[in-house]
Amino acid sequence: MKRANQSDASVLVVIAKRLVLSTFFALALSCTDDTQQVVTMGTLVMQDEFDTPGAPDPTIWNYDIGTGQNGWGNNELQYYTDRPKNVTVQNGYLIITADKESYNGSSYTSARLLTKGKFAQTYGRFEARMRLPWGQGLWPAFWMLGADIDSVTWPNCGEIDIMEYRGQDPTILVGSVHGPGYSGGNAISKSYELKNDRFDTGFHVFGIEWGPSYINYYVDDVLYNQITPADVPGTWVFNKPFFILINVAVGGNFVGAPTSETVFPQTMLIDYVRVYK
Amino acid sequence: MGSLLSGCERGLSGDAEFATFPKNPDVFIDGFSSGLEYRPFAGSKFTAFTVDNQTKYAGSAAMRFDIPNVGDPNGAFAGAIFPDMGGRDLSGYDALTFWAKASQGATINEIGFGNDFGENKYLVTLNNMRIGTAWTQYTIPIPDPSKLTYEKGLFWYAEGPEGGNGYTIWIDEVKFEKLGTVAQPRPSILNGEDKTEQTFIGVSTTLTGLTQTFNLSSGQDVTVAAAPSYFTFSSTDVDVAQVNENGVVSIVGTGTATITAVLNGVKAKGSLTIESLGTFQNAPTPPARNAADVISVFSDAYTNIPVDFYNGYFAPFQTTLGGADLTINGDNLIQYTNLNFVATEFKNPTINVSSMTHLHVDIQIRESIDPGDFISIELGDFGANGAFGGGDDSSARVQFTSGSLSSNQWISLDIPLSSFVMASKANLAQIFFISDATISTILVDNMYFYK
Repeated sequence: MKRANQSDASVLVVIAKRLVLSTFFALALSCTDDTQQVVTMGTLVMQDEFDTPGAPDPTIWNYDIGTGQNGWGNNELQYYTDRPKNVTVQNGYLIITADKESYNGSSYTSARLLTKGKFAQTYGRFEARMRLPWGQGLWPAFWMLGADIDSVTWPNCGEIDIMEYRGQDPTILVGSVHGPGYSGGNAISKSYELKNDRFDTGFHVFGIEWGPSYINYYVDDVLYNQITPADVPGTWVFNKPFFILINVAVGGNFVGAPTSETVFPQTMLIDYVRVYK
Repeated sequence: MGSLLSGCERGLSGDAEFATFPKNPDVFIDGFSSGLEYRPFAGSKFTAFTVDNQTKYAGSAAMRFDIPNVGDPNGAFAGAIFPDMGGRDLSGYDALTFWAKASQGATINEIGFGNDFGENKYLVTLNNMRIGTAWTQYTIPIPDPSKLTYEKGLFWYAEGPEGGNGYTIWIDEVKFEKLGTVAQPRPSILNGEDKTEQTFIGVSTTLTGLTQTFNLSSGQDVTVAAAPSYFTFSSTDVDVAQVNENGVVSIVGTGTATITAVLNGVKAKGSLTIESLGTFQNAPTPPARNAADVISVFSDAYTNIPVDFYNGYFAPFQTTLGGADLTINGDNLIQYTNLNFVATEFKNPTINVSSMTHLHVDIQIRESIDPGDFISIELGDFGANGAFGGGDDSSARVQFTSGSLSSNQWISLDIPLSSFVMASKANLAQIFFISDATISTILVDNMYFYK
């Protein structure tokens, strides 16, 4: 996997408001404001600022309900619902709440929103500003799947994980791609550790910038990875439309089960989701 | 006046700053940081602490603590404070961190900061810290850093032998840090329980189980015992109960009040609900007697004999809690709850009541009396060997059934010692109260033998 860093990040095109800096190099190192603008992908295509209280905008969001097959393929423990208790918009935030409760045979409930059938796009800048939950066994994610998943199935459809995180590692973000020959435990993946801060105590912007031959991963103003066709051991399947998913899983292969010390309910706050081209 | 007339009277200049204390975060890196002192606890092994230049985590030296064996003539335990008596401003940090290892796996009884051999106002203790033989970094979070603008106690510990054996601890790179990852504060009082206590005007009780829990970047929770001054306490009815900054609750009126607390803006889990029954009627004051005519076990009127305990917590069958830990209107009382049986023991030395004629005891039963309820009082004599067992012990009991009992008022019993038929009363060592759980909560006062 290519280890992109800030000094070779010529594709990093974020510019912080109120900062006037002469080079991209200085920009990447100096920016401390998580409010960002896009230069090369500056045309807003889709956005949800979550400013209308109640259920999320039905023109953008669908829900996965239930437990899927084998806990959505990962032995996850939660039952996904679209109840306000698990998913609601309040005070300018989309709030996904994972709770510990007996519900239809599961011990936990939560929610998973997706734009499948409502919004999908090839390439662009996809980002969300979020505050994550915490504690052993919490597994929030902001991710994308190939819109042709129903015909070509996973992993051939491709998967781009913009943000995954283990509640027991509150400073560590993981970004990945999955495709044919590089899925599940063999995904192409990189983690990024936040220094002197955590993902569950404040908001952070998680995003990718995706072009014909690259996917750049960033958090706030830091580009921490670039994945190109040369980095994947199989076919590059990222030249077609993908849709967006946002969820909080409980338990599962990636994180392990919660313990008695895990505090419930847990919430993930999403300030906005924006897609540019 | 001149300056006033000329309009030059000065207020506080914008440049004026309040006196501040050094923000130096270092405690022990490769030696004593500026101002740091070593002050061992009285009774501890003073030579337990040395500076080790051989074994260290980093740099040129580490702190070394040689915990004594049981029976070490130089001290039964190791313990010390490391203060900077000039004080430091630690409000910009969120944790004390250090690297540590030991010569064997062990559990350090107490380790923390905020102990200055003075008020210990912002004492923080990590209890039962597990330590292994590999260097490991430990984090002791500050419950509320904004309190530590003038802190003298930078580091302290207390540890005894493990299973009778001494061992060695090394601690290095001791410093305060701003980690930025000490998060998700969850303070508690009463260890997070919601308790209800029936009590009276004039009683004071101290809130215990004060803790602060954080989640660290490792994903692990760490809970420290935090001094009351980190908390802001409140009472729902200050005409019933008031609570001061030291967590002492004073009952001042009749009624119900709930005590809760906040630590740095976060409501603490746990509460104490006071049900004040009003004015407490103390037990009748015993009459003046010649010293030779009385052997007092528990009273405020006479000189008491040495007592080993008022509750032996005899395992495994005893459920009784409590003891001589209640003071109302200046009168000391014994309070038992969850009573099935309980013993007061006085074997150092045993007492000879052969010449006495009566046992007096005042009992108040703090619940309604059911037909099958009883209280028995049993005397235990340890015999000539003055010790439990050995074939020379004897005992006898007198039972009071429900018809002779009443609730919520003092029952003054004067029991002739002739009622206790037993081999000896010359080496008496125990007084039992036995209810077999028929009666659960009692108060006891004025327990003495007389003639």
